[in-house]
Amino acid sequence: MINGVWLFLLAGGIVWGLIMGNGAIVTQSALSGAETAVSLSIKLIGVMCLWLGMMKIAEKAGILRMFARVVRPLTRWLFPSVPSDHPAMGAVVMTITANMLGMGNAATPFGMKAMEELQSLNRGDKERATPAMCTFLALCAAGFNLVPATIIALRSAAGSAVPGATIGTTILVSLMATVCVIVIDRICRRVFASEDR
Amino acid sequence: MAEVCQLLAEWMVLFILAGIPIIGWIRGVRVYEAFVEGASEGFSIAIRLMPFLIAMLVAVNVFRASGAMDIVIVYLEPCLAVFHIPPDLVPLALLRPFSGTASLGVTTDILSRYGADSLLGLMASTAMGSTDTTFYIVSVYFGAIGIMRARYAPFVGVCGDIIGFLLSVWSCRIVFG
Repeated sequence: MINGVWLFLLAGGIVWGLIMGNGAIVTQSALSGAETAVSLSIKLIGVMCLWLGMMKIAEKAGILRMFARVVRPLTRWLFPSVPSDHPAMGAVVMTITANMLGMGNAATPFGMKAMEELQSLNRGDKERATPAMCTFLALCAAGFNLVPATIIALRSAAGSAVPGATIGTTILVSLMATVCVIVIDRICRRVFASEDR
Repeated sequence: MAEVCQLLAEWMVLFILAGIPIIGWIRGVRVYEAFVEGASEGFSIAIRLMPFLIAMLVAVNVFRASGAMDIVIVYLEPCLAVFHIPPDLVPLALLRPFSGTASLGVTTDILSRYGADSLLGLMASTAMGSTDTTFYIVSVYFGAIGIMRARYAPFVGVCGDIIGFLLSVWSCRIVFG
């Protein structure tokens, strides 16, 4: 699917740009996109190293395991294939917690760490996503959020009288979306279950 | 309220940065060595990420700059009207799954053009807060560990985005409208 979307965006954009005579602008935007991507990932290195360093301390101190134990009943149901004391579980929980607290980019290193741990549990094809990975991804994509910090900052910058006005609706909507996503994920897992045997 | 929340978000980061090493030290972890050990993994992950970011950003940029995005928006508008989605929110709905920074830019545009406390502004704020950049997450998370076949994960993620967006529009109509 990602192949199709990518090809559609790229080829569709270029063909349309040529038809409309926007060739020069499209060329420019393609090159600047590549440049932005590189500077973005360079910028990411520092934050990534900082958070992964913290994660390592937390892991060695047993904090992640402690945290994971608290939400074990829920995560055990969500990720039946992951042993509950495996580091993958801790990293998954940390990612979701970071997302919930609106830490934004700070959640990315946790998420990548969690994916790496889930990959170490992947007994099958290493290029194919396991059901646990799909569930984790769905949870991240649903974006359950308690403190939409960025939005609040953005709203007050735009001169809002009540910048926090959407906190209530955000919690409500993201909670409902998360529940829906978990249900859809479960259905998909059943439907595609034959592939996993 | 906004200041409190922003302060909370700021303090949360500092709290974690101080709290984790202190707890680690209490529990007998060699905190400095542990930190360096963990941090050394960050470099390779960020570098491995680069090709995936390049692929996505180039494609999205081309699609937008060519004007193809505008065409898609024009054709989608009647469908969206069925779900009572204001046309002004279409660019946000389309960009949100692909790019966090781009959709943040569109939200800023909506907030300043229609007012942060207008119904449109509130809808955009809620939608931004309660959805995430599905395709970015798919390409970054799966890309970092070499997963080529994402299977049903992008589908589920996009379902989540659509549900989140519709609920945002509807809940804001009920609560603020």
